[in-house]
Amino acid sequence: MDLRFSPEEEAFREKVRAWVREKLPQDIREKVDRGFELSCDDLRRWMKILSAEGWIATNWDKKDGGPGFTAGQKYLFEDELFLGGAPRTIHFGTRMVGPVLLAFGTEEQKRKYIPKILTSEEIWSQGYSEPGSGSDLASLKLSAVRDGDHYVVNGTKIWSSHAHCADRMFALTRTSTTGKKQEGITCLLIDLKAPGVTIRPIITIDGRHVFNQEFFDDVRVPVEDRVGEEGEGWRIAKYLLGHERSNASWISITKRTLVKTKEIAAEERVSGGRLIDDEVFRHKIADCEQELQTLELTALRTLSAAAADKPMDLGQAGLIKLRTAEVIKRVNELSMEAGAYYAQPFEPQAIRGGWNEEPVGPDYLFRMAPDYFEARAMSIAGGSNEIQKNIIAKGVLGL
Amino acid sequence: MDFEYSDDQSLLKDSVDRFIQNNYGFEQRRKLVATDEGYSDKNWSQFAELGWLGMPFPEQYGGFGGTPVETMIVMEAFGTGLVAEPYLPTVVLGGGAILHGGSEEQKQAILPAVAEGKLKLALAFAERQSRYNLADVETSAKKDGGSYVLNGMKGVVFGAPSADKIIVVARTSGQSRDADGISLFLVDKDAQGLRVRGYPTADGLRAGEVYLDNVKVGADALVGEEGKGLPLLEKVIDHGIAAISAEAVGAMKALNDMTLEYLKTREQFGQPIGRFQVLQHRMVDMFIAHEEAKSMAMMAAMRVDEADETERKKAMSAAKVQIGKSARYVGQQGIQLHGGIGMTDEYAAGHYFKRLTMIDRSFGDTDFHLKRFADL
Repeated sequence: MDLRFSPEEEAFREKVRAWVREKLPQDIREKVDRGFELSCDDLRRWMKILSAEGWIATNWDKKDGGPGFTAGQKYLFEDELFLGGAPRTIHFGTRMVGPVLLAFGTEEQKRKYIPKILTSEEIWSQGYSEPGSGSDLASLKLSAVRDGDHYVVNGTKIWSSHAHCADRMFALTRTSTTGKKQEGITCLLIDLKAPGVTIRPIITIDGRHVFNQEFFDDVRVPVEDRVGEEGEGWRIAKYLLGHERSNASWISITKRTLVKTKEIAAEERVSGGRLIDDEVFRHKIADCEQELQTLELTALRTLSAAAADKPMDLGQAGLIKLRTAEVIKRVNELSMEAGAYYAQPFEPQAIRGGWNEEPVGPDYLFRMAPDYFEARAMSIAGGSNEIQKNIIAKGVLGL
Repeated sequence: MDFEYSDDQSLLKDSVDRFIQNNYGFEQRRKLVATDEGYSDKNWSQFAELGWLGMPFPEQYGGFGGTPVETMIVMEAFGTGLVAEPYLPTVVLGGGAILHGGSEEQKQAILPAVAEGKLKLALAFAERQSRYNLADVETSAKKDGGSYVLNGMKGVVFGAPSADKIIVVARTSGQSRDADGISLFLVDKDAQGLRVRGYPTADGLRAGEVYLDNVKVGADALVGEEGKGLPLLEKVIDHGIAAISAEAVGAMKALNDMTLEYLKTREQFGQPIGRFQVLQHRMVDMFIAHEEAKSMAMMAAMRVDEADETERKKAMSAAKVQIGKSARYVGQQGIQLHGGIGMTDEYAAGHYFKRLTMIDRSFGDTDFHLKRFADL
């Protein structure tokens, strides 16, 4: 047992740190720093920079076009990326579609889609939830009816992050309504530019546009864009859940948020003194730091187990997802609390691009309430905390 | 970055686990803690034979040169069985004080005897008014020619009734709560003027009040430098924190296992109560609490030997805060999920709850360590 990273890993950390400092465009770094919304073009630009370095698909093996990072390198890479102020990328291509195609796709699908994921030429989105299918995902209804060489898709998907930036969608559709609901689900790769697709933005309570709802009206999807067999969609989706949950990047992002919160608390005044010296506030910060440290160590344990070729425990990954959501919410709440009255002015235009007026109050505060409201989604998206608990109860505890 | 045990560490874990399984059934433990001594000499000899009593000491002092990770492995297993032998006071605290602060003569005189099971120790640091502040020392040690005269009272000294020698923290100069002027003295329990009033603690272990009335010791009783004892004491207590954190993790695991088993077997409303989602989610929260505590106990073991004092203290405080949070949750919910049976003295769950509760009263509670973490 040893907490230290090896000299090689430390050197790698330095390398990534220097790289981020050099390559992350100043305007993007500033937007991230100030809480401005990034445009689709901003995100694409950053993803292409990562691609050019071969660092977009960090979770992929070398033979598949990834950098072949060790578990430790993956962690260090993301840590440095986000501590350095990089934005989260739109990662459905590398986190979902790629791994699924590598495991279940045809040779032709791999040839057609994998290279463009690796170059970030094509951006992917995810089509899982529907208005009537949230936690009960298997009840999804988006209908795909076979018509010759095509499926004809009708219905709607919702909560698709960044679908408005995306070229294609990895969607779960219903091809059969008989038998168990899990058995009639099929994965389709849908071209979002195809006729019959409408994308409607969903503005969330923080004033931002990340989520979307898509409407599919007789959208024709070629049969060769089906992944796996008809009815195999649920098995594929479950395979993917493991990939999605093990994503620990939020921990690094939250570390940065906490650093910012401390900076803000050093600026803000309370009864003439500094907020950061206020006994109660200071203890809340300490409590968040302590919880975040626990979370990070637990994530590192998972990495260590993976590096030692011990099977990664799904429950442990669910545990990290669940606890991450809780800690993020607390840290963002603390930032918002730091603003006191000045958490109240709400100018979502200030977050969007192209607004030239000065926000009310200090410019580090206007984003805090929106960030807090946005973080509230963390324990809902990607399988709610309650669903995570169901999974751990069943899968790990045998209840 | 590696959280896996070496082969030797895995063997050690197997051996302590096996000992607990064979010798520390709940009924056996109940009988043991009800005796006058509250522990078993036979077990103690076995600890010595198995090398556990010399685990953290270098080989030249009859030890095994183990790291705090080995201590963690032993303590975690001890936690699963609620081991009552005075391992923590003797090996980790008393042995630790000599190991980290003692002279060469003291090490040679004390450590091999501890490793062989012939000598038990205790570390008397707390006082009635001190709470968790290690610098709050009123017990005095006045220089008198070539010797020191100790006066005062040390409170809730773990393992004092069984100890052959007690390391007493006393003030050689300065005011109460001054960081300077604190010294450690190795005192024979049968020294003239020293009296121990022993008693059981709420978790079935043994502690004592140590009264010092003009106890005269030689200059060779001084452990470490005169007046500079606080950093040594802090270091030893931090080792205590790492060790007791591991013990808590073991106790949490045992209580969780027991509770999970109960959820699967206890039937109400015609079905196992583990079918109820409200209880499933509670059990998951307990599972998480244990895993998080384990992450921090492992961190504590890996960082307690860290050279940077501030970093070490901060790390131990972070660990102790997590242990406090997790232990409270697992302890309380472990009882809640058992219902009435969890309240009975003849059922194990309550005893784990009690030990977990008392661990938060040891070496600084959650609030104390959150404050120390914030202040560092």
